[in-house]
Amino acid sequence: MAGTLKFSPDDRCNAFITTCAEAPFGEGVLAGTAVAVKDNISTAGIQTTCGSKILEGYVPPYDAHVVELLRRAGAAIVGKTNMDEFGMGSTTETSAFGPTKNPVDLERVPGGSSGGSAAAVAAGLVSMALGSDTGGSIRCPAAFTGIVGLKPTYGRVSRYGLIACANSLEQIGPMARTVEDASRLMSVIAHHDPRDVTMLDRPYDHQPVAGVRGLRIGIPEEFFGEGVDPRVAEKVRDAIGVLEGLGAETVRVSIPGMQYALAAYYVICTSEASSNLARFDGVRYGPAVDTRKSWHEAYQDLRRELLGAEVRRRIMLGTFALSAGYAGDYYTKAQAARRKIQEDFERVLRETDVIAGPTMPTVAFRLGEKTDPVSMYLSDILTAPANLAGIPAISVPCGRVDGLPVGLQIMGRRFEDERVIDAAYTYEQEVRA
Amino acid sequence: MITESDIEHIAELADIGISKDEVPEFTRQFNTIIEYFEVLDTIEGEGAPDTGAVNVFRDDEPRPSLSQEEVLANAGATEDGFIKAPRVM
Repeated sequence: MAGTLKFSPDDRCNAFITTCAEAPFGEGVLAGTAVAVKDNISTAGIQTTCGSKILEGYVPPYDAHVVELLRRAGAAIVGKTNMDEFGMGSTTETSAFGPTKNPVDLERVPGGSSGGSAAAVAAGLVSMALGSDTGGSIRCPAAFTGIVGLKPTYGRVSRYGLIACANSLEQIGPMARTVEDASRLMSVIAHHDPRDVTMLDRPYDHQPVAGVRGLRIGIPEEFFGEGVDPRVAEKVRDAIGVLEGLGAETVRVSIPGMQYALAAYYVICTSEASSNLARFDGVRYGPAVDTRKSWHEAYQDLRRELLGAEVRRRIMLGTFALSAGYAGDYYTKAQAARRKIQEDFERVLRETDVIAGPTMPTVAFRLGEKTDPVSMYLSDILTAPANLAGIPAISVPCGRVDGLPVGLQIMGRRFEDERVIDAAYTYEQEVRA
Repeated sequence: MITESDIEHIAELADIGISKDEVPEFTRQFNTIIEYFEVLDTIEGEGAPDTGAVNVFRDDEPRPSLSQEEVLANAGATEDGFIKAPRVM
């Protein structure tokens, strides 16, 4: 049963940074299945760059927990996928290895930051891939390329071996063309690992079940407000209508804390990143620092040369937010806002079983369209709240606008990933039939 | 309002090299972003929330780890099993 999978894809979308021409596989539930892995997830013996020049040539000496589990399930790891540098972006354009293109329309971005994983799946190069999601990085590219992507509940999938960017927000999750495949990959990767101390022992072992009779779906007005393309909103309302037709009940709800979500998200993620990325100094890994120079001069020269503008901007924002002496006290306020958003979701999810809305406010942008950082940040408005709240959220394709895919986002209670999978599966099965 | 000299100072703190001609652009972008953060000033209630989390400690347990060779394999410069770094003094 075990063997080697030959893999030489026609990668016209630049989905991969590294491919493995001969990928070994073993026995198990994924025996011989080609799986692509985002390039911020450590793979022993295979270069792992985070889409950055500062890790070019870095070959991890160990596997991430999810990669150990993939190998144990027999999967063939066929390559490492392109991403925004250190996950910082929503288009995969900040990668040091060139942008990934959207297989649906090569003039468009695939979304980000897991754009390479999404493009590899959407182009049919692999049937499933791993991404990571800090503020929408699985769901955004899933929506833009017309595939399925799940951000699991925080604490359900081990982050051991995920090169950290914002520890309190990020989760590794599955991406696939169908809900069933996403669920299958989730069953492989969601097992307890004591090396991630933020994990709970709540393995995912579930087969999707269609049926939403009596399911109460909360529809937050904030997900259909200003900034959301009315044509996208209409597609999503139609999709929710399909679930209503199958016996689900919709409830109008409100998440007032949403007004703080993006600001809180960007303060927290840049603060955590500024600390995490301090380790990239060219001493232990990556292109070597010039040891003849003095300490600060050597690091500053190396980091100016090898880190892109968005990464340097975010490290500086985080340093600013955490520094004493600047007005604002942003970090403390962001934590208070995060708590308020968590409480809003908890309250709504006491009255409802799941929450539904669009994944992204628009369809995929044109390559080069988003040049200003704030307008890029605004595109995370509908995805970042689930990361702040730690709840599971899935994006499932629900039609097209101007020929470009639209994603229906379904969020649920913490550790009820099964329920969001089932709701997405019900929709998918109904519209495919 | 963040000034160009603030930006140079923050870059220094973060050990992020920025070139002179990047400073005006970074300053402008910083001010736009921080203006966006100001919505946080309107949040009611002060201070960081009590998460109810408690520290759980355990005793150190020695166990096998990566070999010295594996640990040094990615380093740019090594000497006698040590990693070379830029000079501090």
